[in-house]
Amino acid sequence: MQPNQFHSLVYEFAFYFFGLTAIASAIAFVTRKSPVAAAMWLVNVMFCLAGLYVMLDAQFIATMQVLVYTGAIMVVFLFVIMLLNLGHPSDLADARGKWGYIMALFVGLALLAEVMVLNRSNAIERLIPPDLAAKAAAAAAAPLAGGIIGPVAAPLFKEYLLAFELTSVLLLAAIVGAVVLGKRRTNAR
Amino acid sequence: MTHSMSLLLQVVDPQLPPTDGMFALVGLIKVAVVFGIYMFCVAYTTFLERRVAGWIQDRHGPNRVGPQGIFQVLADGIKNFMKEETMPGGVNKALFILAPAIAFVPAMLTWAVIPFASPLPVPGVGLVDMVVADLPVGFLFTLAISSLGVYGITIAGWSSNNKYALLGGLRASAQMISYEIGMGMSTVCVLLLAGNVNLNQIVHQQATQSWNVLLLTMAFFIFAVAGLAETNRVPFDLPEAESELIAGYHAEYSSMRYSMFPIAEYANIITSSSLMITLFFGGWDIPFTQWDNLPPWTITKTLLTMGLYVAKVIFFVFSFIWLRWTLPRFRYDQLMSIGWKVLLPMALIYITVVASLILGLDAAGLARTSIGFRGAMLGMNVLFVVLVFWVLDRGRIVSPAYSRIERARIATLRQVSERSDLVSEKGA
Repeated sequence: MQPNQFHSLVYEFAFYFFGLTAIASAIAFVTRKSPVAAAMWLVNVMFCLAGLYVMLDAQFIATMQVLVYTGAIMVVFLFVIMLLNLGHPSDLADARGKWGYIMALFVGLALLAEVMVLNRSNAIERLIPPDLAAKAAAAAAAPLAGGIIGPVAAPLFKEYLLAFELTSVLLLAAIVGAVVLGKRRTNAR
Repeated sequence: MTHSMSLLLQVVDPQLPPTDGMFALVGLIKVAVVFGIYMFCVAYTTFLERRVAGWIQDRHGPNRVGPQGIFQVLADGIKNFMKEETMPGGVNKALFILAPAIAFVPAMLTWAVIPFASPLPVPGVGLVDMVVADLPVGFLFTLAISSLGVYGITIAGWSSNNKYALLGGLRASAQMISYEIGMGMSTVCVLLLAGNVNLNQIVHQQATQSWNVLLLTMAFFIFAVAGLAETNRVPFDLPEAESELIAGYHAEYSSMRYSMFPIAEYANIITSSSLMITLFFGGWDIPFTQWDNLPPWTITKTLLTMGLYVAKVIFFVFSFIWLRWTLPRFRYDQLMSIGWKVLLPMALIYITVVASLILGLDAAGLARTSIGFRGAMLGMNVLFVVLVFWVLDRGRIVSPAYSRIERARIATLRQVSERSDLVSEKGA
């Protein structure tokens, strides 16, 4: 077998492995009754997505996916689920029921239709600016300054510095707001 | 056959990276060898802990199985496999069985990206990097994977259907989130100096510049404390805290399933030590020389750097054990306030200071490897360390507890004690 054939076989196998596992885990995530089990399935989905990112050569994004979503956000989710002991489905404000299922069906159909339309009409390719492909090729050919995170960090801290800083201020405001709201409730009691 | 072999040996230059097919083969061999050695080291760390504990507490420790008790590890392993596996009622079976594995895997996975020696030239294969996978995102990978270690403990605590176990699991997740932030922040300074997240590049930067522990002592201090907290060792072992929670998250486990948790803990100690060495103590670099960091690579260089690396790891593992048998456990509120009110603000201030200094020195036109740059960093570091420890100390942490008592009072106490000694001697 030629090396290239072998590579594409491994690549295809990995793609279907991660893709199918992600879908199966996502289905398990929404159907599990126990919140902790559901959270663990969601963690699995995050992992599979990280695997797919690595296959797209987006190693930084993949690592961030695991670090931020799996390592931080889901741990906090799990902490809250366990702290409030949300073990019983009857305790939860449940979106299930007739209208919930109908809504979910419509949203699911709409998303499926969107994917199919985009796939048919090459709309995604038309959405990409024409000079982007050339830029990407040039960037791939040039040696990476500052390793693999250089191309992400440089625009973030040079070109889009203001937007970046404003976003962090927004996040800070959100944190302060959360603290204020939390404190107010305890004081009122 | 031999003719083609010798032809192969001539074609491949051992100073160049191997070809794709060879790379895959070499990768598999490296995984197998590193896994084997790592497991052996983890097993013997448990033995080291018990012997060092015995030594520190002035008792023997396990010394009966084999000479000096070196086969104790085997005996323990057999014992754990022979014991009955219990499954308490009302547990979530799938997660209860899965949790020990979840606890163990991340600790081991982190080791995949840590470089442990200079590249080894293998005739007929090429230049083999002495790291299982030299990822371009190396350091971020270690952070990402080490943040997963908490799942095993949390899930074990929740699935056991036991309130003490649940409390242990809750504590573990709160502790992990709190200390991970300080840990990540402390390493920002290292990345600022290295300008890269690849661990081999960080080692090379330290080889040419200086070990980061000299330039960034405070970052090392924060990283070491947070690393200790992430391994859930004394003084941060609140998730198991036997005096409060019986055994915390693993109260319901028995036999080999239980044994996986200590194995994970010791694996975490080795990984945490290796990370400290790689980020702050030059990795496999031999200090004060440059010949070990430069090609042409030879087997001698690989063996020497690996030997030094192992020596460094043993020192740090020993320090972890030493700390465990020296310090008492923190109270839960102390743990939280150290994480959020001391380590995190300290790390943020330190990042600001280091970043400003690097910016200023770069603007002044000093090269990163020049004496001026290194001297300025070192000077700032010494100033910062003295200041911080002066503030932290105030007769409480660094100095012994009796430094808070007035000198005159200590003198009186001494006299009283001497007098009572005399009395007891007379009585005898």
